Amino acid sequence: MAGGRERVLRRRITSVQKTKKITRAMELIAATRVMKAQQRARASAPYSRQITQVIENLAAAGTEVDHPLLREAEKVERVGVVLITSDRGLAGPYNSAIIRAAERQVQNARAEGADYSLIIIGKKGRDYFRFRNYRIDSFTEGISDNPTYEDAKAVADTVADLFESGEIDRVELVYTEFISIGSQKVVVRRFLPLESTEVMAEEGHGEAGAVASFEFEPSPEAVLEALLPRYVEARLFGALLESAASEHASRQRAMKAATDNAEEMIVKLSREMNQARQDAITTEIMEIVGGAEALGSDDDTTDTPVPVGSRD
Amino acid sequence: MTFQVELVSPEGIAYSGEAEMVIARTVGGGEIAFQPGHVPFIGVLAVWSVDVVHPDGGRDTLAVHRGFVQVAGTKVSILSDVSEASGEIDVDRARAAREVAEAALAADRDDAAAAEALARAEVRLTVAGADS
Repeated sequence: MAGGRERVLRRRITSVQKTKKITRAMELIAATRVMKAQQRARASAPYSRQITQVIENLAAAGTEVDHPLLREAEKVERVGVVLITSDRGLAGPYNSAIIRAAERQVQNARAEGADYSLIIIGKKGRDYFRFRNYRIDSFTEGISDNPTYEDAKAVADTVADLFESGEIDRVELVYTEFISIGSQKVVVRRFLPLESTEVMAEEGHGEAGAVASFEFEPSPEAVLEALLPRYVEARLFGALLESAASEHASRQRAMKAATDNAEEMIVKLSREMNQARQDAITTEIMEIVGGAEALGSDDDTTDTPVPVGSRD
Repeated sequence: MTFQVELVSPEGIAYSGEAEMVIARTVGGGEIAFQPGHVPFIGVLAVWSVDVVHPDGGRDTLAVHRGFVQVAGTKVSILSDVSEASGEIDVDRARAAREVAEAALAADRDDAAAAEALARAEVRLTVAGADS
């Protein structure tokens, strides 16, 4: 019956309004988190720049060492894939894009006849690969939202250990690069083995132009050896910070879209509801008129008022 | 003449200031003091404190548990992922850590992790000026 439809629509509108409140709140929270994450990424930049600068200076001095982190395997038997996903969903295509890229890496490894090893950060990545019966060698949760250097160090140590012990021969890092608030990109970077110092220096910002004739203590080789693990940690930390900023930006965008959709839906449903109400009123009037007419035309003048709406 | 000192950690620039002299201790090299005009220098720092001597004679002491020092021109950068200024040190925690480490060392004299922890705790206490 007509009044019932109106009630159903009213209930749906209330429910959509509540959803909208939630998505709106999430959008605002994500917006502030993007700012924070960006700030942290900026704050961490001097450290990695300095490390790269030291490497540049070492490269200028012609330092090369035989460090396990630089070991290039003759035959790659196992490829490590490190992927950074989020713990929570509702972030649009953020996680699925990462997962797709990571899965492609695994398939590439298989195509080359190599085994794979998954090192996963974030629940979403784990859920996907566990469901599909992939073997997961390392999993870390609770850090992708707001990563600290300690977290990065712990994961980097795990990866470096696997690499140094020869368990894995190559490591690819899959994460989301934060370009701007409106644009993030999934990237796959070679994580280990490290490139030679020249390449590392070139990949860096290369602003200093390497001041010549540094004195090194205890020796250039010893400095480089102490530096390489820090370099690996700093790189992972940088990737984690960018991923965190990207996650929040993605969530902000997804929640904005959800809020807009909710708004649109409320407008549409309200229109439908108004029409339903209008229809119900029209029907009611018709019924009253019809009823009054049926009562006979002899006592039209002594019309008793029929209370409207008393029939439901 | 002074130079600029920066303690750079992955989380940001933890300390920066003007200095007349910086005293640090490198791995295997002992204590070394830098003054403006020092030869460009890169060194691996021992678990020890870094003293920054200000032009007015004041002094800041930082606990640096691992890191590098780079001296270039008029700038000294200390790179460290584990470091604290003297005001940030939790003395009680450092004391507790020292006791734990000492106990572990007493049980197993070759426990490298405990030896490192002990060294860190001692540096913290020295820097905080709460030793003994």
